[in-house]
Amino acid sequence: MSPQTNNRSIGKAAPRKEGRKKVTGAALYVDDISFPEMLHGTTVRSQVARGRIKSISFEGDLRWDEFTIVTAKDIPGENYVALILNDQPYLAEELINHPEEPILLLAHPDKYLLEEARRNLRIEVEELPAIFTLEDSLNQKEIVWGDDNVFKSFLVDKGNVNDVWASADFIVEGEYHTGAQEQLYIENNGAIAIANAQDGVTVWGSMQCPYYVHKALVKLFGLPEEKIRVIQTETGGGFGGKEEYPSLLAGHAALLSWKSGKPVKMIYDRAEDMVATTKRHPSRTRHKTAVAKDGKLLAMEIEFIIDGGAYCTLSPVVLSRGTIHAAGPYFCPNVRIRSSAVATNIPPHGAFRGFGAPQSIFALERQLDKVAKTIGLTPDEFRRRNFVVEGQTTATNQVIREKVDMTGLLERAFELTDYHEKTRRFRGSSPTVREGSNEVRSWVKKGIGFASFMHGAGFTGSGEVYLASVVGAEATAEGRVRILAASTEIGQGTNTIFSQIAAEALGVDESLIEVAQPDTSHVPNSGPTVASRTCMVVGKLVESAVLGLKQTLIGTGLLHETYDSAAFQQACRKHLDSVGPLKTFSTYHPPPNVRWDDEKYQGDAYGTYAWAVYVAEVSVDMLTYEVHVDDFVAVQEVGRVINPVLAAGQIEGGVAQAIGFTLFENVVWQNGRMANGQMTNYIMPTAADIPPIRVYFEENPYAYGPGGAKGIGELPMDGAAPAILSAIENATGVSFNHVPLMPEAMIDELSVLYEEAGASNRSKP
Amino acid sequence: MRSVEAHPMERLLDVLREQLHLTGTKEGCGEGECGACSVVIDGRIVNSCLVPIAQVEGSEIKTIEGVASGDQLHAVQQAFIDCGGAQCGICTPGMVLAAVDLLGRNPNPSEAEIRNGLAGNLCRCTGYMKIFESVLRACQKGNEVSTTTR
Repeated sequence: MSPQTNNRSIGKAAPRKEGRKKVTGAALYVDDISFPEMLHGTTVRSQVARGRIKSISFEGDLRWDEFTIVTAKDIPGENYVALILNDQPYLAEELINHPEEPILLLAHPDKYLLEEARRNLRIEVEELPAIFTLEDSLNQKEIVWGDDNVFKSFLVDKGNVNDVWASADFIVEGEYHTGAQEQLYIENNGAIAIANAQDGVTVWGSMQCPYYVHKALVKLFGLPEEKIRVIQTETGGGFGGKEEYPSLLAGHAALLSWKSGKPVKMIYDRAEDMVATTKRHPSRTRHKTAVAKDGKLLAMEIEFIIDGGAYCTLSPVVLSRGTIHAAGPYFCPNVRIRSSAVATNIPPHGAFRGFGAPQSIFALERQLDKVAKTIGLTPDEFRRRNFVVEGQTTATNQVIREKVDMTGLLERAFELTDYHEKTRRFRGSSPTVREGSNEVRSWVKKGIGFASFMHGAGFTGSGEVYLASVVGAEATAEGRVRILAASTEIGQGTNTIFSQIAAEALGVDESLIEVAQPDTSHVPNSGPTVASRTCMVVGKLVESAVLGLKQTLIGTGLLHETYDSAAFQQACRKHLDSVGPLKTFSTYHPPPNVRWDDEKYQGDAYGTYAWAVYVAEVSVDMLTYEVHVDDFVAVQEVGRVINPVLAAGQIEGGVAQAIGFTLFENVVWQNGRMANGQMTNYIMPTAADIPPIRVYFEENPYAYGPGGAKGIGELPMDGAAPAILSAIENATGVSFNHVPLMPEAMIDELSVLYEEAGASNRSKP
Repeated sequence: MRSVEAHPMERLLDVLREQLHLTGTKEGCGEGECGACSVVIDGRIVNSCLVPIAQVEGSEIKTIEGVASGDQLHAVQQAFIDCGGAQCGICTPGMVLAAVDLLGRNPNPSEAEIRNGLAGNLCRCTGYMKIFESVLRACQKGNEVSTTTR
């Protein structure tokens, strides 16, 4: 009997590896850790959006000599956060480019005095004109970055859209907008640093990507790589918000420690975290779609613009993913997508689950509903006629080489929701309710809608090849196997699925697998914990690293081809005793036939995609214009499911965030600053707001994922917004084209519509 | 039982975390919105970030550290592990206390009662579904226990 058949681990609802620590409160997050003589640090930030620093004065009767004060002049190495364009300073030297930009750092043993010190610092700034919208940036009302305000542009060109317009039966145009969104992890950003010239720099922090922080600190301090050590502490949610930002915060804490010679802890409070750190990029998308009488897509011309804020950070990569997903899971012979990330004087926008795709997919799905209406097909029939199938090409001319069944997913989702019957019943109608003995019309209208979409797993294009991720596995003295990876557990289940993948590959019990705490001094760089890549890409490396371990044990004769957990454990121990340490590493190699052209943006954008159809049922209160989501069904194909409880948890959590994105979460901007940076007035969904989220998986194993798995983390962010707005259209007959869709905006648009209807009636003879 | 001295306006949350080193109680927002700092004061669940220490002189305070009995997890804690009720874990201590408090007042809550009972505790990871399941599972276990001991 082969070990793989009697000890299945993949597909089981293995309990969360660190679950016990979390439910007892024993798990240590960065703010739970202290060092002797530790100082507290704080950031003094700009109150203006754009300007030139004239002077800094220290006022009040504070003992300023007791404070550690760091300005740009104190930086030992380079004053930029090393990432893509290296344009963001750790501390402003002269120019300020956004509200809340860090100017100066303070540390003191007493954190209450720090607050007072911050209030007694006077920074005089000569203000410069600033811009706050992507329209003003595109129109170059002011040039605030480079020569033209543009961080990055892409062009995707397939076929020739220009040849189509003249002969098309229908041409439909539309414009769509999405707003900023705060990640709102419940644990704020935080870091602790111990830094000095002798030992180098060590940082503990809440983060997704220890090696991003590592790379940034090497430049900031001008130290050799081995002098920088980054350790991830238990992390209370990330969602992209702890992808690039911790590089800045860790650097700040380290600069204060470097100057003071003491450990320094910096923990943001909620207000600072909300106003100063990254958010989802606001977007504007314009569509022009040509369709034939038979409902076949002929041409799609798409312009996709995102607001990157004041510095480049990750905007080019967010733009890339948004661009590639802009034409969705449909076959169209002619596609042109032009996209740009532009600069404004808003704090830099950054990574947030979905990474540009939720924005461009929202626009596409709303546009396709509009096209369907124009040509007289139902939204589902129109999509059925255009879903991409195996052998056809995507917008980047990627030939789909896997079995894709979007129609099957659609039918299953419709069956689960009784979609067809409900669309007919709900359309524009108001249900009746009983008031006393009378049947009266209710003010609540019901609606149902859907969205169909895909999400690419792993880094875009050649990204994974450049990353060249490495995972290690080592035998421990107890005869267990420890996984060495920089991929972080941020709640999504990294520890648990890595254990399951390793246990399945070795045919041993999961309890024999440990996952090392990510610490750059002893785990290799398995790449950032982003892009739905941890399970599919890094998980595959875990699988091959542990198989290497097993081969070594068999090769040395310590292990037979068939074995059980106890025999495996004994073989590991024997190796350590008689041969020496046992460690194997595995490095990423791309699947065969994956080709990508970075110049032309053509080819295999992703190794594979997850495919999905989501259906939302809503109630719209026609008195208050409040929308409640009553039911939500998420049907998706994500390859093989490693852990059904964790996988469903990813989908449910993502859908809840996407419902927030659609109906709750409205960032109010005032002169480039978030005005509602509190949980009191930036509202995320509570337990009372979320509908039943019903999750279904179709499994179609992916040959190059561990045990057949694909990526899953970002997918659920993509579908809710267009599905809910489609349902609102079914309920009210009005097509809304922006999110977040707040009741105030519905009043505006509906009343305009009523006025127009009234006016045209009056003008009739 | 431990006693501390503190400035009367110091937040209960800070006294718990910094003086007593009971770091299982978390700060999420500092303004009573998220419930990550939930503790039980004399049998009532409150946000410890809103409580000056002066108000709890002589009170009995239960934190997440006091929910399990030694190594024996509370049924709610076990259910959170079994059903996927904890993801990143930062809301979990407060959420577990809120669930324990709810079941203490109402051993057989309906789904609506669970939703309302937990509406003061925000979770950004789970979408709440697995938390509801965890609470229902804990009720079932609780009922099994009471049936077998009857």
